[in-house]
Amino acid sequence: MMTLLITAVVVLAIIALAQVVRIFEISNSMREQKEEDNRPSHKENDSYGKIGFALGMLFWLFAIWSTFKWGKYLLPVSASNEGLDTDQLMWITMAVIGFVFLITQPILFYFVYRYRGIKGRKATYMEHDNKLEAIWTVIPTIVLAIIITYGIFTWSSIMNPDFEEEPLVVELYAKQFSWQARLAGDDNILGYANVRLIEGANTLGVDPNDLNGLDDIIVSGELHLPVNRPVLFKFRAQDVIHSAYMPHFRAQMNCVPGTVTQFAFTPNKTTAEMRQVPKVINQIDHINSLREEMGEEPYEFDFVLLCNKICGSAHYNMQMKIVVETEEEFNSWLKEQTTFAESL
Amino acid sequence: MAAEVQNASEHHAEEHHHHHETFWNKYVFSIDHKMISKQFLITGIVMGIIGMGMSLLFRLQLAWPDKSFPILNTFLGKWAEDGVMDPNMYLALVTIHGTIMVFFVLTAGLSGTFSNLLIPLQVGARDMASGFINMLSYWFFFTSSVVMVVSLFVPDGPAAAGWTIYPPLSALPAAMPGSGSGMTLWLVSMTLFIASSLLGALNYIVTVLNLRTKGMSMTRLPLTIWAFFVTAILGVLSFPVLFSAALLLLFDRSMGTSFYLSDILIGGEVLSNTGGSPILYEHLFWFLGHPEVYIILLPALGITSEVIATNSRKPIFGYRAMVGSILMIAFLSFIVWGHHMFVTGMNPFLGTVFTFTTLLIAIPSAVKAFNYITTLWKGNLQLTPAMLFSIGLVSTFITGGLTGIILGDSALDINVHDTYFVVAHFHIVMGLSAIFGMFAGIYHWFPRMFGRMMIRPLGYAHFVITFISAYGVFYPMHFLGLAGLPRRYFTNTEFPMFDNLVDINIIISVFAILGGLAQILFLFNFFYSALRGKRAPQNPWRSNTLEWTAPVKHLHGNWPGEIPEVHRWPYDYSKPGAKEDFVPQTVPISPDEEATGH
Repeated sequence: MMTLLITAVVVLAIIALAQVVRIFEISNSMREQKEEDNRPSHKENDSYGKIGFALGMLFWLFAIWSTFKWGKYLLPVSASNEGLDTDQLMWITMAVIGFVFLITQPILFYFVYRYRGIKGRKATYMEHDNKLEAIWTVIPTIVLAIIITYGIFTWSSIMNPDFEEEPLVVELYAKQFSWQARLAGDDNILGYANVRLIEGANTLGVDPNDLNGLDDIIVSGELHLPVNRPVLFKFRAQDVIHSAYMPHFRAQMNCVPGTVTQFAFTPNKTTAEMRQVPKVINQIDHINSLREEMGEEPYEFDFVLLCNKICGSAHYNMQMKIVVETEEEFNSWLKEQTTFAESL
Repeated sequence: MAAEVQNASEHHAEEHHHHHETFWNKYVFSIDHKMISKQFLITGIVMGIIGMGMSLLFRLQLAWPDKSFPILNTFLGKWAEDGVMDPNMYLALVTIHGTIMVFFVLTAGLSGTFSNLLIPLQVGARDMASGFINMLSYWFFFTSSVVMVVSLFVPDGPAAAGWTIYPPLSALPAAMPGSGSGMTLWLVSMTLFIASSLLGALNYIVTVLNLRTKGMSMTRLPLTIWAFFVTAILGVLSFPVLFSAALLLLFDRSMGTSFYLSDILIGGEVLSNTGGSPILYEHLFWFLGHPEVYIILLPALGITSEVIATNSRKPIFGYRAMVGSILMIAFLSFIVWGHHMFVTGMNPFLGTVFTFTTLLIAIPSAVKAFNYITTLWKGNLQLTPAMLFSIGLVSTFITGGLTGIILGDSALDINVHDTYFVVAHFHIVMGLSAIFGMFAGIYHWFPRMFGRMMIRPLGYAHFVITFISAYGVFYPMHFLGLAGLPRRYFTNTEFPMFDNLVDINIIISVFAILGGLAQILFLFNFFYSALRGKRAPQNPWRSNTLEWTAPVKHLHGNWPGEIPEVHRWPYDYSKPGAKEDFVPQTVPISPDEEATGH
């Protein structure tokens, strides 16, 4: 029925269009045809100069309006030390490109209006201007040199971290379509693992003969981390490429079958502290008011690990909760978990 | 002597003209570049309708994930029982949408159409260097399109691993239904496509280098030709690498090799593959993938340069800087591919190198953007639909180019990689810019292609609605991405943290539907005008370039007599001292122009 209706609407629209065109053609043929009718008339140039300017400014205003309207949806305060660095770089870069955007778009569309081909308009012959061109080559070069340098230093400090204390080693293990984590245990060294060793309860393929692995702690569904201690994540994947994305920590790394990749950061806010951040409270209140309308359970803020590389049908629902807590809370949680040796 | 040459060439043209013409060799297996260009365009439009239609289907899903749409069932059949899409079909739709748009519409549809139409006509050649290879290029493309469309109907569904088809997902049928026969057909189709691209590109390069008419030096080439020429070089250098990537993937899929596979357990079974790396595939893919962005974008920029100069009635500002920036962009495009792979675990030092080279592209891009704006400055703007689309392109090129400064910066990419921020960026800078350029080209050269005029008021309406809906769709996606929403998610309802993004998703989908409907105006205008439009005059836009000197009615060989000789660059618009506001390239330099002539 619906399909029929849509087909009918489309067909009618096409017929209506055809009729409009017929009218247009007939009214044209009644007037005298001239060669220049093929080009926009002064009147059309006038109208579309104004319309073009209006459209450009409409978009410009939409860009500004949406920043105020939707800016609040953006990620809350970052919850890692590294995130603070990238956020600062982000805002500086945003300021630069925002400035260029807000200046160039109005100029472009103002010119459309200002130089629209109305009666009496003459173009000025102008081939090039070395001085102007030098200006808009040199200025972007200088600005980019600054951004590049700043970016490269930030990247290097994140990717080659130099922590004062020994980072906690945690493996994140991805498979279609769930996450597991393996904490390195008392010795803080992960035991060797390979998919070929997966057997029964040993779902991560940890080598039972590797002594480093016996104290490893494997968890699913929820990973706890202590606050203010660097964490060195090692990533593995069982089947296809996945990507471990932890947006609140501004952290992401692909999990690649056959390779171990790594990424480190230092969480600097506990889950409890995040729930007290005013911006987070506002966002959660808003989300909960929407959820209430939809008849869903209220939601409480939690850190989350998402899969961010297409990995199959349930890619959209491959997640794990991350709880950041104080050292004491973390240690008592750790005690409740079973080690790999105990699980054998 | 001159008379002899003239006679010879007249005879030549005559011979072509009276060449025995049948339906088959005129409309189907044509070796005339003008016909081949129309074939590319119409195939591209048909593929574009399919690609765009798919995007509307998945936008319905994204905005209203809990609603049932009978239309989904109509189009997707068993993949949308009860009108709710299957997640596998969602992934298949985004995959094929990407593939079709990137390769079939914006590579073959854009380059194939306009390189074919304009290279011989604008450099002053009777046809491509090899008409036969040109014909093969189209038929490889056609076959490739047919295979791609056929792949939509295989029982397991079409390829679904994303348009980048990263293995192991694309290599293992057990990983997803879309990695079965649909994936095989995808690879076959792309192989044919690559053959088509290479045949076309070689022809374009040879024609530009060898068949320019007398007086048409490289520095007198219109910027369209420069763009098509450099695009063809990019294609010749990068497509073979994609071919090798696809070949190795085919081996891994069917012959048990381990180029990309190692240590995998899937479907309850440990595979014997060991030693391979999927990252190798990513390197090979993006070695094509990044130049591909410019294979799409440069022709659109070339078209825009020509349309903006003609309709501003002014020379393009900084011709040499424009050529220089095309060459610079092309060179840099080969050494930036790693910016797609910052978070794959590659050596962090490489990340710094690729950040550096990537952000350098902003410099020639900025030069181009400023030169376009300055070309408008103090012009006498003739606001045809083509001109409006070109101005739209400059706008999207700036908007989308700027966000590239964030994505190209490895430190910032960590957090926005593979989110909707990326989707927003590349759709605006590459998708919208290229499609606007393609529309500009169609509106501008339609009289040359079909000998008829398009209906201008419909063109205006098409531009206005398309411009509004294009930004309405893609601008809000920046916010989704910065809120952390990953791309290629069937729905974001599984994460309460994204529940507040519902209204943005609905706005995007409404604009997408509006934009889709606007294309009906274009399609109608296109097909109606091609058949019944008003007859075009010789030079409707009062343009300088050579294609407007050839007769309106196509003849094989392009010019009836001798090929016109070129005496000046193509941008003498509103030249002081000239009688009219344009001086065609065929007009000899007058004595008082000696100092200023090019």
